[in-house]
Amino acid sequence: MQTKTSKSALFPYVLWIALFVIAPIALVVYYSLLDIHGNFTLDNYKAFFTSVYLKMTLSSFWYAFLITFFTLLVSYPTAYFLTKTKHKQLWLLLIIIPSWINLLLKTYAFIGIFGLYGPLNAFIEVFGFDPKQMLFTDISFVFVSVYIFIPFMILPIFNSLDRLNPALVYAARDLGASAFTTFRRVILPLTMDGVKSGIQVVFIPALSLFMITRLIAGNRVITLGTAIEQQFLVTQNWGMGSTIAVFLILFMVIIMLITGQKKDKGGRVR
Amino acid sequence: MKKLSASARVYLAIVFIVLYAPIFYLIFYSFNSGGTMNSFESFTLEHYKAVFEDSRLLVILINTVIVALLSALISTIIGTLGAIGIVTVKDSKMRNTLLSLNNVLIVSPDVIIGASFLILFTMIGIKLGFASVLLAHVAFSVPIVVLMVLPKLLEMNKSLIDAALDLGATKKDVMMRVILPYIQPGIFAGFFLALTYSLDDFAVTFFVTGNGFSTLSVEIYSMARAGISLTVNAISGLVFFVTVIVVVGYYFITSRASKRTGGTQ
Amino acid sequence: MKQLIQATIAILVVSALLFYAADALSAGGGKSGKDTLTIFNWGEYIDPDLLKQFKKETGIHVIYETFDSNEAMMTKIQQGGTAYDIAVPSEYMIEKMKEENLLVPLDKTKIPNFKNIDPYFLDLPFDDDNKYSVPYFWGTVGVVYNPKLVGNLDFSSWEDLWDPSLKRKVFLVDGAREVIGMGLNSLGYSLNSLNNEELREATDKLITMAPNVKAIIGDEITPLMVNNEASVALTWSGQAADMLSENEDLDFAVPTEGSNLWFDNMVIPKTSKNIDGAHAFINFMLKAKSGAKNADYVGYSTPNIAAMKLMDKEVVSDKRFYPSEEQRKTLEVYKNLGPDYLGKYNELFLEFKMSIR
Repeated sequence: MQTKTSKSALFPYVLWIALFVIAPIALVVYYSLLDIHGNFTLDNYKAFFTSVYLKMTLSSFWYAFLITFFTLLVSYPTAYFLTKTKHKQLWLLLIIIPSWINLLLKTYAFIGIFGLYGPLNAFIEVFGFDPKQMLFTDISFVFVSVYIFIPFMILPIFNSLDRLNPALVYAARDLGASAFTTFRRVILPLTMDGVKSGIQVVFIPALSLFMITRLIAGNRVITLGTAIEQQFLVTQNWGMGSTIAVFLILFMVIIMLITGQKKDKGGRVR
Repeated sequence: MKKLSASARVYLAIVFIVLYAPIFYLIFYSFNSGGTMNSFESFTLEHYKAVFEDSRLLVILINTVIVALLSALISTIIGTLGAIGIVTVKDSKMRNTLLSLNNVLIVSPDVIIGASFLILFTMIGIKLGFASVLLAHVAFSVPIVVLMVLPKLLEMNKSLIDAALDLGATKKDVMMRVILPYIQPGIFAGFFLALTYSLDDFAVTFFVTGNGFSTLSVEIYSMARAGISLTVNAISGLVFFVTVIVVVGYYFITSRASKRTGGTQ
Repeated sequence: MKQLIQATIAILVVSALLFYAADALSAGGGKSGKDTLTIFNWGEYIDPDLLKQFKKETGIHVIYETFDSNEAMMTKIQQGGTAYDIAVPSEYMIEKMKEENLLVPLDKTKIPNFKNIDPYFLDLPFDDDNKYSVPYFWGTVGVVYNPKLVGNLDFSSWEDLWDPSLKRKVFLVDGAREVIGMGLNSLGYSLNSLNNEELREATDKLITMAPNVKAIIGDEITPLMVNNEASVALTWSGQAADMLSENEDLDFAVPTEGSNLWFDNMVIPKTSKNIDGAHAFINFMLKAKSGAKNADYVGYSTPNIAAMKLMDKEVVSDKRFYPSEEQRKTLEVYKNLGPDYLGKYNELFLEFKMSIR
């Protein structure tokens, strides 16, 4: 595939990178060097290394980790079972459709559902439990975030499971491997690329979540994304906002280096 | 193929119930005469009537759908080509750099993307409105497509391509008959998630839009302060039902058609 | 492969059809110029009937665009690209926009209905002599509460928010000016304080309130109060009015130590291409009839005396939303703090937020 056609195929993509990635990064880096009065300074970078922002970084990573973990936990079995259904493509589409309804509306619905007098508490009461305020807790925050990210995790995993040769699974079972061993030694390694890409598309944006930190967590959870939004829209300190963004991008690059495909020889053993 | 066990069915059922619960909740209240998503007073269709009387809202809805469809389509094309290009890059450092650049827009919060695109567009003189919104949506949807197509490309068996080439296939044939069909599920996944990105976006659209052009998200978020009207619920309900009908209908038509022609995909 | 091509064609065909449909629906909406007027306002913040009526009276077609925060609105106007003819910023933003030269001075001779506005709301520090702005709605910041859920507290004093019985019950609005301002007011300081010691004291005092705070949220507070999910919330009077109209149990109080008096105002941004039309629109909105109709629809307090005469007596005599002049004395309008102090307020607010765990 090392041909001229594939190089020219790359052209629109490279153009996209130049215009919509490199240019904004340059802009963000430029702004990160300006203080609130527009003078050049490195103060913003110094400010990032204060306890407030370090704490925020830590909590961003922690919640992003939790969200990714639970999303994976829910999505893998879902994707696995979906591949076994009769109309699997249709069911898969039905997983995505809810994500096309406006998020703010769904959030309002969640506020109603989780509410003291909402259906969920009514349901709990049937079993004799006292109604509980479930909003504005870590649990509700992680729950709604997982809800948002589920389709993004299911799709790549489904795609890699779908092409999995069932003969391999049967062979493993015939050779006496337990269901768990089969999963661990055969299925999981063969779907690793899908899982990896799922983790990337969940973890990376989860780092910069905002909005629902307020809507569902009532600002009890503060992430770097929230801080950036505040700096841009409330304080109008684009310098500090950009600085945080620079760090977010750095964190992302580090994550990419860790999870990146080290193999480049091609011709993987299958 | 083995049948699903009962517990697997229950598991799937729960996942679907949770995914659809908020949607049914807000559709339920679209029939509420009370005017808010709180206490249900009595059944009414007035909010649906209001949707069809409000031509401004209808135009906004149509704009939203057009931008979503076109931006998803264009970004799918760019992203797929990009992913194919990325796997041909032999140097692993170069490849990781490309992938990192690819993900910059995923990690950047919307306000930053919106503000920097706004500066970019006004700098190069693109009129704010449909074109700028479409361009912005294409821009932030490309990375998700790349990330969806990439794993399919990576798991593709190289010998498949070599075999095709040995059998005398041209490069174009390989692309059309081997690579694209193989990565097709990834392409569709990328397309559908690009749709999600586009339909969900508020902040970027807000910054780059103008001259009367608006999307449903912008409209809904700006209503928050004075209270979101149930007309929005009604319109979302309508969109939801139309989408489900289209998707289910399309699925059965194409699956029947492919059965008739004996296609495999 | 065939499927990919089919899908592409289907999308293009559907888009083309939708384009056609949108075009047919929006027939009559021309480009910006003499016969159109572009308005930039909060969503659901005007009675849509008034826009139709305005078109009938003047022949000017209105394009209505919406924003969800003052700052985002200003960024858009600053960058240009759209010919906004009318915008509705809050008062502190007007000061900023004046500084940045983003506003067109008003020609009062073209706005005869200007006389309908209560002089009390005119010539305020954020815009001397109303050179650039005309008040649209106004209000205060106070406490909305559910007497059934909070015992004997009546929130005539900010101190009530610190009451130990409110553990994990208080909701605050997500605004640095509002919350820090409340802290300052509760100590008897001005909510425009530029004194670092006062600010420190106010923040420390707020932090002692942290155990009472359930959440710091935005507009989502309305459904929570209406559903009796939340019992106490610091919020703007306009939203409180919305809540009270939905749930009769609720009550609203502006503590006597002092609070904020806010305005949303009509202005003509520099981007305007139809300045005459913009004046005509402002004049139209200031008519007694339009003012009353709009206030009925939006539910906020109107500064238009002539309009108040046409409105329901019960509404305009409600001292909670139309406070008497005596009550108004303790209210302060936000001043533009300048970037340094605005940053400081937000830093302190962030510190307070992070103390809630």
